[in-house]
Amino acid sequence: MSTIETHTTHVTVTVNGRQVSDEVEPRTLLVHFLREQARLTGTHVGCDSSNCGACTVLIDNEAAKSCTVLAVQANGHKVTTVEGVGNGSGGFSPVQEGFRQEHGLQCGYCTPGMIMASTALLVENPKPNEHEIREALEGNLCRCTGYETIVRAVQWASTNGGAGEWA
Amino acid sequence: MGMIPARFDYKQAGSVAEALQLLASCDDAKLLAGGHSLVPLMKLRLVSPSTLIDISGIAELQEITDTGPVLRIGALTRHRVVERSKVVAQHVPLLAHVAALVGDPQVRNRGTIGGSLVHGDPAADLPSVALATGATMVVTGAGGERRVAAGDFFVDFLETAVGPDEILTAIEFPKRTGAGFGYEKFVRRSMDYAIVGVAVQAGDQPGIALVNMGSAPRRADAASRALASGAGVDAVAALAADGTNPPEDLNANADYRRHLASVLTKRALLAAGYR
Ligand SMILES: Cc1cc2nc3c(=O)[nH]c(=O)nc-3n(C[C@H](O)[C@H](O)[C@H](O)COP(=O)(O)OP(=O)(O)OC[C@H]3O[C@@H](n4cnc5c(N)ncnc54)[C@H](O)[C@@H]3O)c2cc1C
Ligand code: FES
Ligand code: FES
Repeated sequence: MSTIETHTTHVTVTVNGRQVSDEVEPRTLLVHFLREQARLTGTHVGCDSSNCGACTVLIDNEAAKSCTVLAVQANGHKVTTVEGVGNGSGGFSPVQEGFRQEHGLQCGYCTPGMIMASTALLVENPKPNEHEIREALEGNLCRCTGYETIVRAVQWASTNGGAGEWA
Repeated sequence: MGMIPARFDYKQAGSVAEALQLLASCDDAKLLAGGHSLVPLMKLRLVSPSTLIDISGIAELQEITDTGPVLRIGALTRHRVVERSKVVAQHVPLLAHVAALVGDPQVRNRGTIGGSLVHGDPAADLPSVALATGATMVVTGAGGERRVAAGDFFVDFLETAVGPDEILTAIEFPKRTGAGFGYEKFVRRSMDYAIVGVAVQAGDQPGIALVNMGSAPRRADAASRALASGAGVDAVAALAADGTNPPEDLNANADYRRHLASVLTKRALLAAGYR
């Protein structure tokens, strides 16, 4: 179909505080840039169609589905992945610890996206009620937990340090 | 490795003038705003433009301006900004309310009001707000600006009055300060597109508009007229599906959609303060 000559683009994204630069095709999706260029495989591809939220990362501190963002659209911006939210000395963030304490995961596939969407919520709203937590996670699907323990994990984080020190 | 779009060239426009120039000079180019309708279609290869012109960095198209009688909203304003804007909540409360119901937080952080309107999806929420409030679209081309009433904007399935070399630059919403409103979105899961939706704007120029009741977003003309002439809630609701040709899919057949349109219209009217 398309026989046109296309060009690569230089993309620089600050991923978890580190500058990652590469020449990529404009069609490269942010999730692939993170997994393949930045070598951070914590961000998962689930549905690959913007429905499940497994690929959720923060772009300038706002949650986004990285399977539906081109890497060039993140050029010059700050991206935070699940690898970037720990406490800086190898320990968990309050949200991560909350998922552990409250059994907020079973298979773990949805977990990176859940943690990033929950983190985005707590950045803006450190004391969300249950309804607000469920609304904030409506773009994230979990096939295992039934969501109850995920809601409790976010409540745990909200009373134990919130979004964390990384922010 | 998953779904990726076909190859394309990427260009960034820093201003409306530059975007217009790029549109005129590239064959088969498409504008990229939030990318939350376009990128999924490109990943499915239902759309394969040769060039994407990224307009998302044009700052002048991200402003919300109170001009007195109308609220002018830049086409690139993201759903999340509209949802949280105090001036929008004050003067066009229906718009603020509905913007918060689009997709999920991730979608609202990226998607723009202009992209949502130009995409022209009959199942989208915001076109119904433009129709119910009687908004005006500001469309810019090589010859300058032209204004298109919302009622003339949505032409057919994924087709609007915006020409291939034009840009939607702003949407002007007449102020509806203090007037009642209602929006009913019928979904099976909270983040889905509406199976049917109904927007009601009360006030001296009331309007009712429908979501997913035909090939394009549309006003419920008969019901809107009945409402303006003072008919009661049940009489207005009974007219909601008049003249529609609703789609059929796994969620609903046409009859069920017509039924929903009436039920939801009644609920939206009650929410808007009608009795
Ligand atoms: C998972 C998911 C769920 C969603 N749920 C809903 C929902 O419940 N309700 C709903 O209403 N929407 C929903 N959407 C769509 C969402 O609202 C999109 O943001 C919106 O439809 C398109 O806006 P955009 O800025 O992303 O446009 P883009 O995808 O960038 O562009 C869409 C089209 O408009 C053109 N375009 C964009 N801006 C302009 C402009 N200024 N001038 C001229 N042409 C322009 C583009 O060339 C393209 O053809 C959902 C999307 C996803 C991914
Ligand atoms: S992989 Fe991005 S939303 Fe499912
Ligand atoms: S823990 Fe398995 S999908 Fe959520």
